[in-house]
Formats: sequence, structure tokens, C-alpha cells
Amino acid sequence: MNSFSIENLQFLHCGPIDLQLKATEIIGLSGASGSGKSRLLRALADLDEHKGIIQLDNINQQTIAAHLWRQKVALLSAETSWWFDTVAEHFTKQESAENLTALGFAGDSLHWSVARMSSGEKQRLGLLRLLQNKPDVLLLDEPTANLDKHNTCLFENYVMDYLRNQSACAIWVSHDHEQLQKISQREYKIEDGILINVY
Amino acid sequence: MFIELSAFDLSLAAILVLALGMLSGYMRLGITKQLYIAAARTTLQLLLIGLVLKTLFASSSIAFIMLIASIMISVAGWEILSRQQRKLKGWWGFGISTGSLFVSSFLITLLCLSVVIQADPWYSPQYAIPLLGMLLGNTMTGIALGMDRLIQNAWQQRPVIEQRLMLGQTADEAVADIRREAMRAGMIPIINSMAAAGLVSLPGMMTGQILAGAAPVEAVKYQILIMFMISSGTGLGVISVLWLISKRLFDERERLCFKRLLKENH
Repeated sequence: MNSFSIENLQFLHCGPIDLQLKATEIIGLSGASGSGKSRLLRALADLDEHKGIIQLDNINQQTIAAHLWRQKVALLSAETSWWFDTVAEHFTKQESAENLTALGFAGDSLHWSVARMSSGEKQRLGLLRLLQNKPDVLLLDEPTANLDKHNTCLFENYVMDYLRNQSACAIWVSHDHEQLQKISQREYKIEDGILINVY
Repeated sequence: MFIELSAFDLSLAAILVLALGMLSGYMRLGITKQLYIAAARTTLQLLLIGLVLKTLFASSSIAFIMLIASIMISVAGWEILSRQQRKLKGWWGFGISTGSLFVSSFLITLLCLSVVIQADPWYSPQYAIPLLGMLLGNTMTGIALGMDRLIQNAWQQRPVIEQRLMLGQTADEAVADIRREAMRAGMIPIINSMAAAGLVSLPGMMTGQILAGAAPVEAVKYQILIMFMISSGTGLGVISVLWLISKRLFDERERLCFKRLLKENH
């Protein structure tokens, strides 16, 4: 992809919101609980009703089937859901051992029962599962909230590698300003329904 | 051969129901009132339909038969709706349940009358009305169960459905498992009764015919016919309900659309 653009986006009490992202760019997003961060990501993935023009390169969100859009503009929610008995059943393709190791997993983790996964493991495996669609835009909703320092680091590096290799971009929601300063090129804050540029 | 029942015979049976009501009242099980109302309803409704059938069989006017049939279908549609914990808003719920009853019971009865039984005329009320009634009574249960299971499970498994949407699945794929489970719930009663027929239970219609003096083998043939009609009718009815409701649960952008549901009804 080359550009992801949001123009005059409005949902609930929020908006208008305008934003442009280039390939490999990460935008940090913060704001108080209930300020509309998650709602914004849901609107971008077309999971909630909204107004405005959202474009990936020259594809308008509303002109392609919603499920195809969500394969390109992928949302990793703050809590991922797992509905089959084992982890592997949730993956459509074989996941490489290399990718698993890069996120800190041993080779057998795909055979785990989903009941034994911790919330941090769910987030990391949830990322791998989502990236199997090779999305162009990643929408990450507090993805490292349940991870320790070491795994947070693995997660950040994994996402940045992915963005570089796929020339994709990401919007990263976090409460941790230090983290956002480290990984993102720009940071915005949602306040009273509009974006305020932090840096 | 055929022993007629007197009012005294029926009141003996009624004493049993009365006694059960008193026992449950004494034990505070809280079913007494509903039991009495249902018993009174069944007496009144069956006596009324007895009278209606008497005139119906005598008249054999097609308009009158269709009128009775549409009343039966609408009431069954209404009953399906009142068994739902969560309903679709507006006329959708009633429309979908009645529509699927039309497919599952009305069309199947028509087919059976004209092709299989070949009654003359095809709408002979002695065949048409009891067949339709039996089909409605059974498909109604299946449809109500399937519909309730689909909507309840979709409601409870909202995070899973949305997760599947986020992974780029179509709305159809995202509810496929829930739909399969609802289909099972709707079909289990009739599959059970087909499997148990003859070994565990003697079906009502067959028993009735035998009591009325028909040859057992003839009664059995009719019962098999009915079982096949009920199972195919229930299956068709549940399939159409599941298809229509899962369409209604999502909007044109494949988003879950729970605002189309009414609040829970206990």
C-alpha cells in the first residue's frame, strides 16, 4: 500500500476526524477511557456505523465487500476471542516456527488447548492469526496491555518488521506514552471527539 | 367396537389434573394456575374445533377450508413468537415465523394431498385439516426451538462473531457454527420421535386410528407418511427461519445488528 486516508470521519459524538498514513508508518493514539479510541478503530474496520470517506490507496471502504475490507484493514481488539478447542484450528494457513519463535513461543504452542492460554498469549497469537490475511493497515487496540517488558519488546519488533516487509501501516492505541514515543512517528490524542496532535 | 366416551369418563380424567394442581400448590411448585388455564384452554379449544370440523366436513367449501387453514397458521406463528426470549422488532418476527410455517406445513400438506393421498377433491376437509394441524403442531415446535437457539446464541457469542468478522470472514461464515447448532436444536425432537416410534412410543395418530377400529397395518402406513412429512416440513421450516434471521442479524456491511432485536422477555 501507499496511503491510508481518513476524511471527515464521524461516529457517535466523535468527529470530524482527518488522518493520513503512509507505508511503514505507525501512528500512536491515546486518550481517556471512553473517549472513543476503540470506536474509531471499529469504524475504520467498518464494524460500526459511521460517516466520512476512508480510503486505502484508491479503494473506497464502501465500494468493496465488508469482509474483503477487513482482510486489508485488520483490527486486533483489546481482547481476542477463541472459539475452537485448540489454537491451531483458528489458523487458516500453517504458521511458521520462525514466526512463533519471534513472538516468544515454542513450536508446540499451536497444539495448546485455548483454555490454557493467558491473556498475553492470546494477544500475541491473536496477532499472528490476524497477520495471516496479510493486511495493509493494522489497527492495534492496546495490544501490549497484558504483556511483560520482554514480550512487549518482541511484539513491537514483530509489528515493525511486518510493516517494513509488507509496506503496511498501523494505528497503535496505548496508554503508555513512553512506548508510543519509542515506536510511532506521530501521536494523537482523542479529546472531546477530535484528534489533537501530540507530536 | 368403538367405545364412546361420556362426560363422566372425561371428568374422571379431569380429577387427575385437578389433583396434580392441588399437589403442586401444596408443595409450592407454582405451576397450578398455568396448568389449570392450559387444561381449560385445551377443553374449550378442542370442543370448539369439534363443532367447527362438524360443519366443515359437511360444507366442503374451499374458501371456508382456506379460512380455517390461515387461522391455524397465524395462531401457530404467534405461538412460535411467544416462545422466543428475544424477538425481532416490528412485524419481522411474526412474518418470518408465519412465512416459514407456510412453507413447512401448508405447502407440504398440499403436496401430500394432491400427489400422495390423491383425495377427491384434493381439499377434502377430512384429510386436509387434520394433516395440516398435525404438521403445524410439530413443525411449530422445531421452528420455535431453532429460532430461539439462533438468536440467543448469536447474542451470547457476540464477541466470537465479531472476532470472526475482524478476521475477514463473511457474515455467513461468522454464524455458520451457531446456525448448525440451531438446526440441530430444531430437528432433534422429530429425529427422536422417528427413532423411538414403535419401540418406545406409539404415535398419537396411529393409536387413534387403531382405537377407531382401523387395521393396524393401514394405520402404520399413515403414520409413516406423517412422520416423513413432519420431518421434511420441520427441516424446511427451520432452514428458512435460520436463513431469514441470520440475514436480519447483519446489515448490508456485514455488521452485527442487534438493534433489530427487542429486549429480553422472561
